[in-house]
Formats: sequence, structure tokens, C-alpha cells
Amino acid sequence: MSNAILEVRELTTKYITRFREDIYAVDHVSLRVEEGKSLGIAGESGCGKSTLALSLMGYYFPPLYYTSGEIIIDGRNISGMNSDDVRKSILGNEIAYIPQAAMNALNPTQKVIRFIEDVIEAHDPSVTKKEVYNLAKGFFEAVGLPADVLQKYPVELSGGMKQRTVIAISVILSPQILIADEPSSALDVTSQKMVIKMLRNLMDKGYIKAMIFITHELPLLYNVTDDIMVMYAGQIVEKASAREAVFDPLHPYSKGLMGSIIVPEEGLRDVKLTAIPGVPPNLKKPPSGCRFAERCKYVRPECKGTSVPLRDVGNGRAYRCIIPETELREMYAREARKNV
Amino acid sequence: MSDEKKLCLSGKGVTKVFGVGRRKTVAVDHVDFNFYEGEIISIVGESGSGKTTLAKMLLGLINETEGDIYFQGEKRDIGSHRKKKKYWKSIQAIFQDPFSAYNTFNKIDTVLLDCIRMRGGGRLPHEQKVAMMTEACSFVNLKFAELTNKYPFELSGGQQQRLMIARIFLLKPKILLADEPTSMIDACSRATILDMLMQLRDEIGMTPIFITHDIGLAYYVSDSVYIMEHGRFVESGSADEVILRPKEPYTKRLLNDVPKIYEEWDLSTV
Ligand SMILES: Nc1ncnc2c1ncn2[C@@H]1O[C@H](COP(=O)(O)OP(=O)(O)O)[C@@H](O)[C@H]1O
Ligand SMILES: Nc1ncnc2c1ncn2[C@@H]1O[C@H](COP(=O)(O)OP(=O)(O)O)[C@@H](O)[C@H]1O
Ligand SMILES: [Mg+2]
Ligand SMILES: [Mg+2]
Repeated sequence: MSNAILEVRELTTKYITRFREDIYAVDHVSLRVEEGKSLGIAGESGCGKSTLALSLMGYYFPPLYYTSGEIIIDGRNISGMNSDDVRKSILGNEIAYIPQAAMNALNPTQKVIRFIEDVIEAHDPSVTKKEVYNLAKGFFEAVGLPADVLQKYPVELSGGMKQRTVIAISVILSPQILIADEPSSALDVTSQKMVIKMLRNLMDKGYIKAMIFITHELPLLYNVTDDIMVMYAGQIVEKASAREAVFDPLHPYSKGLMGSIIVPEEGLRDVKLTAIPGVPPNLKKPPSGCRFAERCKYVRPECKGTSVPLRDVGNGRAYRCIIPETELREMYAREARKNV
Repeated sequence: MSDEKKLCLSGKGVTKVFGVGRRKTVAVDHVDFNFYEGEIISIVGESGSGKTTLAKMLLGLINETEGDIYFQGEKRDIGSHRKKKKYWKSIQAIFQDPFSAYNTFNKIDTVLLDCIRMRGGGRLPHEQKVAMMTEACSFVNLKFAELTNKYPFELSGGQQQRLMIARIFLLKPKILLADEPTSMIDACSRATILDMLMQLRDEIGMTPIFITHDIGLAYYVSDSVYIMEHGRFVESGSADEVILRPKEPYTKRLLNDVPKIYEEWDLSTV
């Protein structure tokens, strides 16, 4: 097995609401991202993808709290660290994080170079403005952004350019891993592609060693990542290679998600799009058995009541369902024949 | 004559210019189109290409600067308030941002009762109105009993989107303009929304017009596709023609830049 950049074991985090209710949005999540690899996280909105991204950094602030589990980044266990230390020595250096809608959060009255000064000075207060500029210029050019962006205000940049700038700033300290939450969802297809190309470049040139990529857009996820984890109601319900997740999903929820894929490719018009009825459960009171049971068309009496473990089926594959692999595949094949 | 296609909406040289002088933006630039009854149409373009502006003109919310719009083959006349109200019995829209469609101060009951009133049901007995609202809500998997007395902003994004469709269920327009109906929701809810719109089409004989940046969605749902770039229709035709055998470089680029699952996504082109 090659070197794990990020390893997470049984991580559980929760929100505590104003009404003192606990919401376990990340529930015993384990994952491993190896050097040179990218991991995708899929799931409907509200399933806990963004909370997982936040939780992975080991940096918690109300209403989000750490409950249990371990986070090991490049061999170093950061789970017990206090938030201040995490902020100083982990964020930006070890883990870079691009939150959802990050590009809209840029302060409009600051030039791009000022953000970079802030990032670099926080890391090394002795650095001069001139040094920052030279470093930033070299870095921007290396990642394919024109250096004149540095002297611009965010409003002067197009959406795609703004997003690429945000990404460049966030990885300027060469972190081990980048966590990107829906980094291209608001962009046109061409800008989206440029963002993805940049991320790919960052990996290829070693500016980052691994990546976690979150999006609900499955064709995009499929094209960007090596492996895909499907999340449902705070839990991982399937882990697989991107190809397996899309073309041979095992969990009925993953199967449902893949049935909602729309791409402009021949044959698509003949496939019936499947919608999963209902909505994800309320995480204040998740169902005690399989959390997907109430929406699952293959539900059995045994699904309800006792919780379902993540079943490891080898080759890095796992899924959380009581129905055996072969039986699931047979059911799906039968369904497919019915739908043509 | 009966099997001949009937025009529902068409336009010649339809143009919208915002501002003057150096501030001038030609948002929609001399577009021609023929939308037929019962046919599903998609207008596809990137952001800023003029889709929403065109939708607003079709709906009669803003005036065209130049050109003519025809409704059922006749030049459209919505000059008076009364004529506009009549027109809106035939054509309705759902927008990307469900918030914008609702008056923030109206409760959900009021939103739905307004629809019944618009269809001339204002004088119906209360129980019958409740039955109609209940039916509309259950069509979109919402429970009317749980919604009364709530405000639209108290609903989740997906619920708001479905409430919009419940409105359409009550309004029963001939034409529905759906401007980015699924761009704020995930793929799974998108499938649900599309399902509902298609069911409405079959049940009330509505002609949906999809306005979207999602070329995959356009391919999946439509009979005819119009590709819009900088306010112009650069290519149009049947979905198979336009999407599988595009002629224009712009259409080719859009298709090339969309991530797919069978064909390789070539990053070298950007
Ligand atoms: N600040 C918060 N306070 C309380 N609950 C929250 C907060 N943010 C998110 N949640 C809840 O956590 C769950 C997971 O949300 P999120 O991680 O944003 O999902 P996703 O990114 O998959 O859409 C949801 O049920 C959501 O309502
Ligand atoms: N009310 C307005 N005043 C001035 N310009 C406008 C107005 N509405 C839209 N525009 C401009 O018209 C163009 C087309 O916009 P829009 O129709 O919203 O495109 P789309 O819906 O395809 O994203 C854009 O350049 C936009 O800035
Ligand atoms: Mg999210
Ligand atoms: Mg628009």
C-alpha cells in the first residue's frame, strides 16, 4: 500500500443547535487518501458532504463539535489538537480547504495580492512584500494564471478566473491535500473545465499531493476523481473506484443516484431517468436501522431496527446494505431489462 | 389539417437592448423561433447569453425593443392590463430562484388561492378550494395540511421548487417557461422535478419550454433545441441533430466542455 496522505478513522462530529439538539452530520466516517490520488464525495444535498469537508481539517467552531475518531495527516495525528494550533500549523500548510461559494467570499475592496500577503505573513511574519510578490508571481505563472491578476480586485475578474484565483491562493503554501467543496458548480462549462484542469495540474506538478473533491454532479466527479465515496444521512454507504461507483454501484442509494445522471451522449434519451422518492431523513432523529430503508425500493423487514455495518468486499470496495452483492446485481439487471 | 403542427409561440427579429450609448447591452439580438404545441423545446446557453431576458419577453414582463412575438399564430397583443391577465392564463413561468416568484409576505395558502382565483375559481366553496390545493400539493409530494400558515421561505429549496410546480398544477397554463428550473438543486431532485413536469405535460396538455445552461438536460427532455450565444440563436433543430451532430463551433465547444461518462473528457482544449 502506498503512502496515505490523509487517513481518517471513525470520525464523528455533530452540530449542536440553538435548541440543544444534536445533529450527527458526520457519523463514524473512515477514509484514506493516498499520495497522488483524488477522492470524490457524492450525495444529495443535506447528506453531510460539506460538514465532512469541514470536519476533516480538525478545526471546529460552534455549532460544529468534534465527538470522536482520528484524523492522521501525513503520519501526524491531529485529532486531539486544539483549534488554535490547528489553525496555525495545519490549515493552509497541510490541508487547504476551499469552501462552497468561496469565490463570493473574497473581500471586494482588497486586491488579490493582499490576500496572498495575508496568507504568507500568517505563516512567516518576516517575509517582505517584495518577496511575497515575486513568490506569488512565480506561482501564478506556474499554475497557468496571468500575473496581472495579482493587481486586480475580485470584481474585475470573471467567475471562472475568480475561482481559479481562490484555488491558487489556497494552495500557495503547498499543502499536502486540498479539499474542494463544489468548486465549479456555479460556473459555465468552459470555466468549470478550466478549474478542473488547474486542479489536475496542481496534482501533476506536485503542488498538492492529494485531493478530496465534493460535488453532487456525478459526471464531473467521475471525470475528476480516482475513487468515490457516497454519503447518505451522515454515513458512508459506498466506497468504490469512480468507474465502479458509476457503472456498477452496489448500494441501492448509489444505484438511485447514478440513475439520475444526465449527459449529452447518444443513448441517454432512451434511458429512463430514475428519481429517488422522498427526502433524506432528519438527522436530529435518524432511523435506527438502515437510514435509507424508508426510500429504498428493495427494503426488507430486516432492514429496519438494527444498524447496518459497512460491508467490506475487497479491493477497496465497501457498501452498507444487508443484501449480498450478487443478489443486488441480479435485482438491478432485472430492473434494467424491465426498463427497455 | 388535423395532423399539422400548431404554432403556440413564435417570434421574428425579437430583440432586447438595455441601456444606451456606451452602456448599451444587446441582450437578445434578432432571434427567430417557432415553438409548436405539444413539442418540448429547450433554449440552451451560458450565463449572460440572454435566456432570462428572452423568457421575460415571452412572458410579457418586459417589452421587446424590436421584433414581434406571435401567440398561436397571431401577433400578440398584451397592451392593456386586462389582456395581459388573459395572456397569463395561457403562459406561466417558473424561475431559477423560487424566492423571486413569491411575495414574501404571502403565506402558502394565499399563494395557492391566488392561482385558483386566476383560473376563475374565486367564488368556489371553501372546501372545494381546499380540496384543489390538497390535490396540487400531493401531486408534488407536499402535504397541504402541514403547509397552511407557513411562508414560502420556511420551506427547503427543493420544497419551494415543488411548490412552484403545485402552482402550475393549479394554473394549468398551455405553455410553461421553465427558466433554470433545476440549477439550484441536486441531480436527484432534478430527476424528481423533471418527472413532475413531464407528468403535467401529459395530464394538462402543457407545452414546456426549458431554458437552461445544462445541455445534457436539454438533450434528455426536448424534441427541439435552440442554442443561444450572445443573444443570438446560433443553431437549432431536433435534439438529436443539434446535440449528436452539431454544426456550429459554439455548440461543439459547449458539448466538448461538458463532462460525460462514456466519452473521454479532453482537458487539453481549454
Ligand atoms: N450550522 C449548522 N447548524 C446545524 N445544522 C447544520 C448546520 N450546517 C449544516 N447542518 C445540517 O447538517 C446536515 C448536513 O449538511 P451539509 O454538510 O451542509 O450537507 P451537504 O454538503 O451534503 O449538502 C444537514 O442536515 C444540515 O441541515
Ligand atoms: N435589467 C437589465 N439591465 C441591463 N442589462 C441587463 C438587464 N438584464 C439583463 N441584462 C444583461 O443582458 C445580458 C443577458 O442577461 P440574461 O438574460 O440574464 O442572461 P442569461 O439568463 O442567459 O444568463 C447580460 O449581459 C446581462 O448583464
Ligand atoms: Mg454542501
Ligand atoms: Mg438566466
